[in-house]
Amino acid sequence: MAAAGDEYDPTPSEDELESHLQTRNMVVNLGPSHPATHGTVRLKIELDGETIVKMDTEIGFLHRGFQKSCENVTWTQVLPYTDRLDYVASLQNNFGYLAAVENLMGVVIPERAQYIRVIGSELHRIASHLTTAGALSLELGGFGAFLYAIEARELIIDRVTELSGARLTTSYGRIGGLNRDVPEGWTDKVLKSLIKIEELAGEVEGLMTRNRIFTDRTRGTGIITKEDALDFGFTGPCLRACGVSYDVRKAKPYWVYDKLDFEVPVGVNGDNYDRYYLRVLEIAQSMKMIRQAIAQMPQGPVMVDDWRIALPPKENVYNSIEGVIAHFKLVMEGVPVPPGEAYHATESPNGELGWYLRSDGSGRPYKIHVRAPGFQILSGLGRMCEGRMLADLIPTFDTINMIGGEVEQ
Amino acid sequence: MSTFALDQIQAQIPQAIVERYTDRAGDAWAVIAREHIVEVAKLVKDRLGFRLFISMDAVDRLHLEPHEQDPRFEVLYFLRNIERNEQLRLKVRVNEDQQIPSIMKVYQGAEWGERFVWDFYGVTFDGGLKRRVLMYEEFVGHPLRKDYPLRGRQNLIPERPIKDIFRGPGTNGVQD
Repeated sequence: MAAAGDEYDPTPSEDELESHLQTRNMVVNLGPSHPATHGTVRLKIELDGETIVKMDTEIGFLHRGFQKSCENVTWTQVLPYTDRLDYVASLQNNFGYLAAVENLMGVVIPERAQYIRVIGSELHRIASHLTTAGALSLELGGFGAFLYAIEARELIIDRVTELSGARLTTSYGRIGGLNRDVPEGWTDKVLKSLIKIEELAGEVEGLMTRNRIFTDRTRGTGIITKEDALDFGFTGPCLRACGVSYDVRKAKPYWVYDKLDFEVPVGVNGDNYDRYYLRVLEIAQSMKMIRQAIAQMPQGPVMVDDWRIALPPKENVYNSIEGVIAHFKLVMEGVPVPPGEAYHATESPNGELGWYLRSDGSGRPYKIHVRAPGFQILSGLGRMCEGRMLADLIPTFDTINMIGGEVEQ
Repeated sequence: MSTFALDQIQAQIPQAIVERYTDRAGDAWAVIAREHIVEVAKLVKDRLGFRLFISMDAVDRLHLEPHEQDPRFEVLYFLRNIERNEQLRLKVRVNEDQQIPSIMKVYQGAEWGERFVWDFYGVTFDGGLKRRVLMYEEFVGHPLRKDYPLRGRQNLIPERPIKDIFRGPGTNGVQD
């Protein structure tokens, strides 16, 4: 150091250059109510400059006691609760739950109902993937793609409204099939909408896939290795982006998926870009599946012909004693699910949606375990972000598509 | 349904399997002795290729038939082998005062699963985290137990001071 009175020397001395600059890590709190965290999740992030040193994910702000509620209602009354799990793709949850109950009971539903379930599920898969892609663009600064995506999603929601009577909380389908057939001319409307959706999805893709700003922000960010992804229990697009071809629709086909011709796209790098692009490819596969399903769909009943499971027709309820008794028993006691346990899984937009059901024969579920895909994926978010930049957290959080409803139950 | 994994466990660690049965849907299950669960997890992950962790949960058997009530809890493990396309379903039965060895070191995905089971059933894991995942830390009781009341309220809790954010009061996140 220069002594007082000396002339100022701008060249720093050797030990001044080499000396350790005193810095300290900063703790940043993101959420639980933050525009970039869709869903109420709180991330406690320890930062060294802009690099994330440690991250702690805190969830549970949207916990509604799903399992406890289900254990105290009849098997059919669980259905409205399942709408609220993944509220972007509620038909997937409805049908997934019903398929699990039917698996436990050993009931096979009519073929037409199976086709309608496939069409409904795939429609909602497109809606969910479009929302994810659009929101990802929105968060990286592109508002246009989001508007196109939401316009396409609105078309799907319109078709779902015609099917079930509700925009989001569908509660469509019953144990043993569907509560009602599709409305007249609905399949033609779906086919017409698909043309428009294809066009809009093309716009979204055109705005994003080769966009320099978008690729710079997503390529090579949020990488997770194949081993870690398996270890944390990733499924769906997040696992397939790492190069693991696991899809429940292929691994253990349910309904009529084995009769449809479709491919499962697989990624390479396991980064944000792969997760986004897989969703784009899956939208095209889902459209292909819907068109095939509509072409193959047979005529016939949509509900099993068994009054212990399905509500009897109204003329029988009003005019015959058997009808009245069947109706009364079904409404008061619920569907008789025999005692036992079973695990069944379906492929929801985010991955394997599994249900472990346990019945004690009382007419109410003894235990319902939901294997929400987002729960396992979110537990690996810390691993995906530690050692990376804070700004990359936002696209990573988006591409894993965490849905508060299913993660926090 | 293939029972490759269960046969292998039975052949290699015969003392680990307490019971084997088939459920209503025709899938194979095994009840594993509590002290052998880590050994079994290592075997199925490293040697048998069950690398995908599916999920974990528990069942409170308090209101089942009397002969099924002891031990009280059943902890479920679901694992998957993608190459063989086979799902493995394991169970460990414990009472309230017993601990299960944690498999968190074997499967990282089990961390939140074990926290969930502790949170909602109060089953503790030896070597695991005793930290809630969905409920808040000040919550009293374990809500998915069958004897937890359906109605009632818990006291409101005071807001935590901002210094509490990462490592508890005082440090304000500063590393020493």
